[in-house]
Amino acid sequence: MAATTSMVTSLTFTIPSLGFRLPTRSYPCVKPQRRFVRKAASNVITATYELKAPPYPLNALEPHMSRETLEYHWGKHHRTYVENLNKQVVGTDLEGLSLEDIIIVTYNKGDILPAFNNAAQAWNHDFFWESMKPGGGGKPSGDLLDLIERDFGSFERFIEEFKSAAATQFGSGWAWLAYKANRIDVENAVNPWPSEKDKKLVIVKSPNAMNPLVWDYFPLLTIDVWEHAYYLDFQNQRPDYISVFMEKLVSWETVNTRLEKAKARAAEREMEEERRRKEEEEGKPTNEEDDDDDLEMYVDNDNDDSEAE
Amino acid sequence: MALRSSVTRRTLTLGLNSTMLLPLSRSLQTFSLPDLPYDYGALEPAISGEIMQLHHQKHHQTYITNYNKALEQLHEAIQKGDSSTVVKLQSAIKFNGGGHVNHSIFWKNLAPIREGGGEPPKASLGWAIDTHFGSLESLIQKMNAEGAALQGSGWVWLGVNKELKKLVIETTPNQDPLVTKGPHLVPLLGVDVWEHAYYLQYKNVRPDYLKNIWKVINWKYASEVYEKECA
Repeated sequence: MAATTSMVTSLTFTIPSLGFRLPTRSYPCVKPQRRFVRKAASNVITATYELKAPPYPLNALEPHMSRETLEYHWGKHHRTYVENLNKQVVGTDLEGLSLEDIIIVTYNKGDILPAFNNAAQAWNHDFFWESMKPGGGGKPSGDLLDLIERDFGSFERFIEEFKSAAATQFGSGWAWLAYKANRIDVENAVNPWPSEKDKKLVIVKSPNAMNPLVWDYFPLLTIDVWEHAYYLDFQNQRPDYISVFMEKLVSWETVNTRLEKAKARAAEREMEEERRRKEEEEGKPTNEEDDDDDLEMYVDNDNDDSEAE
Repeated sequence: MALRSSVTRRTLTLGLNSTMLLPLSRSLQTFSLPDLPYDYGALEPAISGEIMQLHHQKHHQTYITNYNKALEQLHEAIQKGDSSTVVKLQSAIKFNGGGHVNHSIFWKNLAPIREGGGEPPKASLGWAIDTHFGSLESLIQKMNAEGAALQGSGWVWLGVNKELKKLVIETTPNQDPLVTKGPHLVPLLGVDVWEHAYYLQYKNVRPDYLKNIWKVINWKYASEVYEKECA
């Protein structure tokens, strides 16, 4: 059908300098914008990625997560991902893209390109540090708690499921709480009667560097279950690490802020799609009298004459 | 008369022999942690005693415990004809069973220096390595490169294709055994590159672990396996 095909083509575009096609329908924030890194008290704009420090000193999470762990995990592992990413990106078409854009582009719909690993891990670790805070834990409140209770039955059941996902991610990886907005999981299909209930919280786990951005979810919370995240403090006792993380480290404020952003973006996206759909319909000049025609015709003038039979 | 007594005899047998009452239930083999043929500290300084103890007593034991549990659940599901559960258990069996298989090989791949650890392979395996890789150093370099490049958790293997009688270097993710890379592949040597295998000692510097482990590699065992497959 003419309407549908043109809708699809108008939603993907080629950025000539990139040679990569960034499907805007499947990712909300894809714009070829440069990631400007603000250096303290400097007006220099650079296109390289910097290792962002956690929002607390390296010893601030003790005794639940030791300073030594932070020193290695952030100071070595995370730093290496960022440094290697910069080496991979310099002088290529990826240079200057935001980290999220690099992740989507190099994910390449599953046919993963080399920079994906470092880009995703750089992002994942930023997200992880920000998911924690000194004196964290406890319970969320407000909208977030309501959604959790709606989508998991109770806060306790949510905790159980999240812990289980984290404990059963075989090998290296991550467990996530994410906001899954309003879609059908069929390529290019759009839910014809979207409602608030279609937007829901989900728990997912991912291996190695994978993260839910590539599935078009909005991540809200993560726990790193690579062994390097807990080995110095807990050795093989991953379940203990997960419990301590939930009880003493999670920053529910951050999760809440992320949820608000996710909801806003989902609403924005919905409006965008509505607007586009309307544009398509209005862009096609149809005669009022021919409204009853079930033959869809692209008529290229406003003439009363139609070729409908 | 004779019929009745034979029936009675059979009934008695049935009563005494409990396995006859449940014809489907053969006793399930459970697996247990194999002993290490050396002390935990015997591989120092290449691999610390702390790591060896945790690796053996905790990690390997956990794989075995969970493997046994999964097998029991599988057994039950098969008896009940519960296909969904049978299929659902496959990943737990692959992961924990693979962990048991791989680590059982790994302990034999290591030996203290005074018991031959690090001594280069001779005889047929030595020849095969030189022929196929040029030299032992070249093999080690290649294995270390593969091991260092492996993303996440897994193993790097020296194996032999028993059909083609050829040596291969392969990596497997997580606890996948070498046979998942080819049905004719037999492991000669596996190096565990999961972080738990080296983190307490080498932290994030996996390449240092890989460099040092060759000092305690037990080539004697690898040669035995090679000779058996390629006799």
